[in-house]
Amino acid sequence: MKISVNGEAAETQAKNLQELCAALGHGHWQDRIATALNGDFVSVLARIGTRLNEHDSIEIVTPRQGG
Amino acid sequence: MTLEFYGKKLGSRLLIGTALYPSPKILCDAVNASGSKLVTVSVRREAARERAGQGFWDLIKQLDVFVLPNTAGCKTVKEAVTTAQMARELFETNWIKLEVIANDDTLQPEIFGLVEAARILNDDGFKVFPYMTEDLGLAEKLVGSGCEVLMPWGAPIGSGQGFANPLALTTMRAYFPNIPLVIDAGIGAPSHAARAMEMGYDAVLLNTAIAKAGDPVKMGRAFARAIDAGRLAYESGLMEPRDMASPSTPVAGTPFFKIGDAS
Repeated sequence: MKISVNGEAAETQAKNLQELCAALGHGHWQDRIATALNGDFVSVLARIGTRLNEHDSIEIVTPRQGG
Repeated sequence: MTLEFYGKKLGSRLLIGTALYPSPKILCDAVNASGSKLVTVSVRREAARERAGQGFWDLIKQLDVFVLPNTAGCKTVKEAVTTAQMARELFETNWIKLEVIANDDTLQPEIFGLVEAARILNDDGFKVFPYMTEDLGLAEKLVGSGCEVLMPWGAPIGSGQGFANPLALTTMRAYFPNIPLVIDAGIGAPSHAARAMEMGYDAVLLNTAIAKAGDPVKMGRAFARAIDAGRLAYESGLMEPRDMASPSTPVAGTPFFKIGDAS
């Protein structure tokens, strides 16, 4: 299925957001990432129950320096 | 009086950003040298398997300071609210420096979206620190939405100009005597920070002035001293400026003084 991850086109077989994160190397529950699907926040606990659909847009973010 | 944000006491009136430093070590050394007890951070896209975010998180944990995540770069209410929600989970805090930006060149706050986002986030349990202009009507609306701290800009972000509108900032201090007010953005030199303190502001938030200094660690110390001096001056009671000269040495008993010489 064709999706977008952090603004870039991607292909995935993942059925839910948790599977996608794991496929992208963020599979450990302690990995410090946060996610959004189509502009809405998805909490760490809700990822496994969040199904992915064609053309979904996913954001995966981490802590970074800021002013 | 100790500085307090949303019921939490801070031991320093200097709040500093964590971006633009030459290295992580210099960032840590500068924060420690400045005595700051609050740093701002952000959330950004993670490249797969890069783990940069985890490294930065570990660094911040070492500093033992309050963390204030921002929504820098957000231009809509939706972006700002979602970014705040992601930041709350990542940084394990409900404090948020709320930025809704109107324009890339000026980085001016988009005040209508700011009020709407502040209301949504306050209702969702966040403790909002709004980056705002010095407009009093805007300030009233933000307080009405639940904000207990206000952060007017001194001058545009990263400009180092100090205070574009000192009269309005003075008025804001007088208008909100009991709300913590922070000058956020535009501070370029320790003298600006001292002036903010002399004006009665509770704290200053800056990044570039320390991070881009030739020696950020030394500049951190310089800002700490300027803020101490300015705050002490404010608490001491500054003299009122006068238009005309007034002799400090007693006039009575001046040698060679003759009544007719007095003007």
